[in-house]
Amino acid sequence: MPEIRVTPLGAGQDVGRSCILVSIAGKNVMLDCGMHMGFSDDRRFPDFSYITRSGRLTDFLDCVIISHFHLDHCGALPYFSEMVGYDGPIYMTQPTQAICPILLEDYRKIAVDKKGEANFFTSQMIKDCMKKVVAVHLHQTVQVDDELEIKAYYAGHVLGAAMFQIKVGSESVVYTGDYNMTPDRHLGAAWIDKCRPNLLITESTYATTIRDSKRCRERDFLKKVHETVERGGKVLIPVFALGRAQELCILLETFWERMDLKAPIYFSTGLTEKANHYYKLFIPWTNQKIRKTFVQRNMFEFKHIKAFDRAFADSPGPMVVFATPGMLHAGQSLQIFRKWAGNEKNMVIMPGYCVQGTVGHKILSGQRKLEMEGRQVLEVKMQVEYMSFSAHADAKGIMQLVGQAEPENVLLVHGEAKKMEFLKQKIEQEFRVSCYMPANGETVTLPTSPSIPVGISLGLLKREMAQGLLPDAKKPRLLHGTLIMKDSNFRLVSSEQALKELGLAEHQLRFTCRVHLHDTRKEQETAVRVYSHLKSVLKDHCVQHLPDGSVTVESILIQAAAHSEDPGTKVLLVSWTYQDEELGSYLTSLLKKGLPQAS
Amino acid sequence: MAAHLKKRVYEEFTKVVQQQQEEIATKKLRLTKPSKSAALHIDLCKATSPADALQYLLQFARKPVEAESVEGVVRILLEHYYKENDPSVRLKIASLLGLLSKTAGFSPDCIMDDAINILQNEKSHQVLAQLLDTLLAIGTKLPDNQAIQMRLVDVACKHLTDTSHGVRNKCLQLLGNLGSLEKSVTKDAEGLAVRDVQKIIGDYFSDQDPRVRTAAIKAMLQLHERGLKLYQTIYTQACKLLSDDYEQVRSAAVQLIWVVSQLYPESIVPIPSSNEEIRLVDDAFGKICHMVSDGSWVVRVQASKLLGSMEQVSSHFLEQTLDKKLMSDLRRKRTAHERAKELYTSGEFSSGRKWGDDAPKEEVDTGAVNLIESGACGAFVHGLEDEMYEVRIAAVEALCMLAQSSPSFAEKCLDFLVDMFNDEIEEVRLQSIHTMRKISNNITLREDQLDTVLAVLEDSSRDIREALHELLCCTNVSTKEGIHLALVELLKNLTKYPTDRDSIWKCLKFLGSRHPTLVLPLVPELLSTHPFFDTAEPDMDDPAYIAVLVLIFNAAKTCPTMPALFSDHTFRHYAYLRDSLSHLVPALRLPGRKLVSSALSPNIMPHEDPSHQFLQQSLERVYSLQHLDPQGTQELLEFTIRDLQRLGELQSELAGVADFSATYLRCQLLLIKALQEKLWNVAAPLYLKQSDLASAAAKQIMEETYKMEFMYSGVENKQVVIIHHMRLQAKALQLIVTARTARGVDPLFGMCEKFLQEVDFFQRCFIADLPHLQDSFVDKLLDLMPRLMTSKPAEVVKILHTMLRQSTFLHLPLPEQIHKASATIIEPAGESDNPLRFTSGLVVALDVDATLEHVQDPQSTVKVQVSYPDGQAQMIHPKPADFRNPGPGRHRLITQVYLSHTAWTEPCQVEVRLLLAYNSSSRIPKSPWIEGGEMSSQVETSIEGTIPFSKSVKVYIMPKPARR
Repeated sequence: MPEIRVTPLGAGQDVGRSCILVSIAGKNVMLDCGMHMGFSDDRRFPDFSYITRSGRLTDFLDCVIISHFHLDHCGALPYFSEMVGYDGPIYMTQPTQAICPILLEDYRKIAVDKKGEANFFTSQMIKDCMKKVVAVHLHQTVQVDDELEIKAYYAGHVLGAAMFQIKVGSESVVYTGDYNMTPDRHLGAAWIDKCRPNLLITESTYATTIRDSKRCRERDFLKKVHETVERGGKVLIPVFALGRAQELCILLETFWERMDLKAPIYFSTGLTEKANHYYKLFIPWTNQKIRKTFVQRNMFEFKHIKAFDRAFADSPGPMVVFATPGMLHAGQSLQIFRKWAGNEKNMVIMPGYCVQGTVGHKILSGQRKLEMEGRQVLEVKMQVEYMSFSAHADAKGIMQLVGQAEPENVLLVHGEAKKMEFLKQKIEQEFRVSCYMPANGETVTLPTSPSIPVGISLGLLKREMAQGLLPDAKKPRLLHGTLIMKDSNFRLVSSEQALKELGLAEHQLRFTCRVHLHDTRKEQETAVRVYSHLKSVLKDHCVQHLPDGSVTVESILIQAAAHSEDPGTKVLLVSWTYQDEELGSYLTSLLKKGLPQAS
Repeated sequence: MAAHLKKRVYEEFTKVVQQQQEEIATKKLRLTKPSKSAALHIDLCKATSPADALQYLLQFARKPVEAESVEGVVRILLEHYYKENDPSVRLKIASLLGLLSKTAGFSPDCIMDDAINILQNEKSHQVLAQLLDTLLAIGTKLPDNQAIQMRLVDVACKHLTDTSHGVRNKCLQLLGNLGSLEKSVTKDAEGLAVRDVQKIIGDYFSDQDPRVRTAAIKAMLQLHERGLKLYQTIYTQACKLLSDDYEQVRSAAVQLIWVVSQLYPESIVPIPSSNEEIRLVDDAFGKICHMVSDGSWVVRVQASKLLGSMEQVSSHFLEQTLDKKLMSDLRRKRTAHERAKELYTSGEFSSGRKWGDDAPKEEVDTGAVNLIESGACGAFVHGLEDEMYEVRIAAVEALCMLAQSSPSFAEKCLDFLVDMFNDEIEEVRLQSIHTMRKISNNITLREDQLDTVLAVLEDSSRDIREALHELLCCTNVSTKEGIHLALVELLKNLTKYPTDRDSIWKCLKFLGSRHPTLVLPLVPELLSTHPFFDTAEPDMDDPAYIAVLVLIFNAAKTCPTMPALFSDHTFRHYAYLRDSLSHLVPALRLPGRKLVSSALSPNIMPHEDPSHQFLQQSLERVYSLQHLDPQGTQELLEFTIRDLQRLGELQSELAGVADFSATYLRCQLLLIKALQEKLWNVAAPLYLKQSDLASAAAKQIMEETYKMEFMYSGVENKQVVIIHHMRLQAKALQLIVTARTARGVDPLFGMCEKFLQEVDFFQRCFIADLPHLQDSFVDKLLDLMPRLMTSKPAEVVKILHTMLRQSTFLHLPLPEQIHKASATIIEPAGESDNPLRFTSGLVVALDVDATLEHVQDPQSTVKVQVSYPDGQAQMIHPKPADFRNPGPGRHRLITQVYLSHTAWTEPCQVEVRLLLAYNSSSRIPKSPWIEGGEMSSQVETSIEGTIPFSKSVKVYIMPKPARR
């Protein structure tokens, strides 16, 4: 029995370090290769020994697919390919390919230079790893090998984020990566066609949330920032350098322009220029508005947003600062946060999801006293706001996508177990498909019934089509033909052609049956009676009385003869070929009932 | 180009008529017609290869065929069809047959038999489809012939089983267009089998080809359009199609569901998987709402649009569309809108910044949460935040329509509309502001909503700001703080964008008059008066101060206690503003002052209105006094014209009528005066000098008639006849005067001929109206036409002269609604003393902003004229996009005019004015035998003449010599 096996190495009932193994029709594919933000020990990377136990990675995996450039989806890539050792192809979209190394390098710097970790991947490894990448266009079908093909769909979320369809023969799996069903200020909404995969692997970060309209959210955000700035306070917005940051930048930039505000907006990292450069380049991946207006003015050429210098953090007066990283777990955003946390005029806006264990998660859950490195205790007086700008689909969005793709099975990853439970139940209830939510390391096996294509000769098809009058989708149509299985391909041809191809002579198969009739009249008369009886019963068949005294119904021959012993009984000889079996047996049963009495 | 063609066609036609009289050219004309089919025949016979034949056919198709020769051509084509082996040629012939059968004046029933005949023997699917198309053309040409339609439907049914989707498509199209409407008729029609067209089409809803499915739905819609009542059973079929794989099918299915829901709104349908039942329209509404989150944006646009017209839906469902049932972590959460509302009702004005303000409240029962089949739930929330702005606009429009029919919904959708003011696409913002204006009588803005609305005043787009001003004109504000906020924001807007001055003043005028009681407590603050101290007198020319005063004075109109709060200088300023800006400042009942004009009673219907009666009477007087002595007539006309003009000034609603009739009377007066001239009594050569007056009169009458024809909106055909008649008289006058003064006969010949052409033209254009023109100039003229044709010019002139003198005064029927087109240039204001300096040879852009009233089709008629001091004048055609349409009958022209000139020694003024371009031939009904779009399109764009219709504004400019 063919089957699809899915094993999450990360992201199974968990957010962070997405890494999912899929085996489909003998092909093994790894979906995403991420790291976990909350850990700095071995737990941050997926457990690749699960695969290496049975041999080298390259031998086992046919390809690796990276859905987008967030570190929890691509952070372990250099480790995986250079340190563990993988030489096969890595597929990602072009924006991801462009931006991914920048982020990896940044991550490496923080880990090695700041924290002084040893045994970490080097810049050279990142470069080597990126050399194995193959870029994929949207909706382009890429043949990985003769049987395995992949195709990317637009996913929103961040620039270059894609959903991937993995297909072998008629079996297919769709992996959504992270996606967003509502468009935002710089990206469009995820979209997929009715591809009806065997399995849809979807993220479920917001499995139990239905979000408010994004307009309220935007207005709220702007209002909060505006009020704080007017009060003379400083606003800290921890973001990841790429993704949400650009959306918020566009939002603030247009607002500043409209309201003619003077307070400076800074973006904290050197990454910005490089990243914005890519945003300017990949216009086709943005939303309708930016695509339509970039000729006049590229929206990513900011007028009000300037680069941040460390010294600015201490300068007086209001300002807005975007600082990385987004969960306040390290780096510049944490430094600025420590400086500003003591003043209640200031504000920190957390625009997205925070993984457990980060400072961001702590302050959001209401903790006002934080224990920092070196046993310091930091008292948080500044206001803490949470704005869900996270570009993940909410429960409704996930359902919408499932509805669009019409999968046979759904598998939830990238979410918390408790929340998944709810969504699982909803999906099973409303779409009547089975839904799975494996934990890390747990394997889900789905039996599939792959359809086997059979070629049919055009002549046969046309002949059979011509017999029916009206098309009727509800009724299955019976079709006579011969199935030829040869060199692992199947063909359905007409029997004549099959005989010809196989070089066989046709054998006639006839059934004959004798029916005894009690009739005292002569044979001829009996034949006439049979004829008239059949004529009256079988109105839509061709019934003929031949000159030699026999009766034919279509190709069925009926002859009447006198019984050798009993002259009062006539014997009707009915003979038909096996093709007319149905009619023939019907005729015999009809004749067995006897003829109606002549009036 | 097209205008040329059209003119040329007329010219040629008239030439032919004349030739008919002079020589026997009739034969020549007749000869050409049969030759066409003959030529085709010869061509086709000559053709050696299918490619050749195709070329000939293509060439042939370029020229139209007259109705008489169609049949011959068809025969030849059919003959060739039978012989032809190449399918592409047969295809072309089939399409030609279709084209030909559409020819006006040709009855295609004779070729139907042949068409059906060849259809039966045809093998190629493409040709079959084309033949069916031809049959469709034939069938639509003969809508009354039941038997033929039955036959065609039969043919279509027969070919429905064809394997090619193209053929099935065409068959379905044929069924949709020709399928009989009533069953009873079918039974009568000669024993042909009764066919249930709907059933047949319905069967193809499940065809394997999506194109055929779409065609089937379209055919069904076509049946509906033709008045056939669709069965309710179709509804369930159509619902299934909503989940089709192909977007065009879904899009059509949405339409079909909408149609059925409009037909059977009250029927009850069961909800699947439960025992409940709901109204069909509600069910359909839910289904269409679901399509708002479809994968294809085409479907989304379609669905959003249709939602707007489903007014019968119950309010319960309607209000669901705005409710998304938020939850967070399985707990029910209130939307930001709900929170804002609560905040407001609780009386807290500062947005209380409490932690966990939006914290989710009660737990949600996991079983009760319905994530997808929630029907209408949140449809508009989704639609309004769609990625494609087309969908958002459609959703806003739908909101507008639904809100207009349901006040409670209007109240609810307000928050969402206000949110749309922050959309990223200007068009959407504009649309939502307009929508808000349309529903504004149903709603009152809360303060927090007003805040968001007013924030948009800083938008850099002028259209947005002005739309917002319009919106504020008709909004209801609930508190005095709201008014204050609005005023402050408007003043901020004024300082930021001084060009918005007029619009802001107007906005404040309405704001004041709508909320007198709310303005009252604000007055001391606004005027900065103090109970004990005198404050400094504000600057009278400050636009912001004027804005405040406009608000206060308009509020004071219905609030008699307010003037008591004014200080002395306010009264002085009132007097000044009442005079200088009388359209913004109303008359107030001030203590110690007489009211300037007694209160007008605006409620009187126009017909009971004494001024209207006066108008009627004075006109009647003129028309009845036909045969008075000339002196008396003239005097009466002069008085009446004077009266009418004054009346027009006093009563703005009658201005159009009064002006229109006054102009007509003036024309008549000029004509009478011109005919009274002594010159007619004396021998021609002696009165060269005085003839000036007559010819000037003729010229003026011409001008006035053009004004009458093109400057008034609402002029109907019966007025146009009279105007043209007057113009004809003026032309006759011109001819006579020229005949008197000109030397020699040669120029006269041409003029005479031209005049007679004009008469002929008049006759052709207004043949239907001629009976109304009994006893008039033209009536007599047409009587004498044959004689005039043959007479010598001198004789013609003589006849014309007597006829002109005898002709009676035609009664000008007054149209129902008539308005004079007018334009005011707001900018440039012409006040500046600082010349606009620019380097000669280069261009300077001058912003022109003008309002146009009652101009029909301003895009093609309104031009800007710039006249330089050296007499040079330029006509500038503004782009169609420069015109905005803020209200019915009103237009706004905001454009840039480029000026350039060679260097001047000192600054000088150029004049800018607006012109109304006209073209008298555009009004003439198109003659039936000039068909084809490309010919008529150009007619409108050519300009025959222009009428200035705005005051000219002087702009001081100074082209400097270029420095080297």
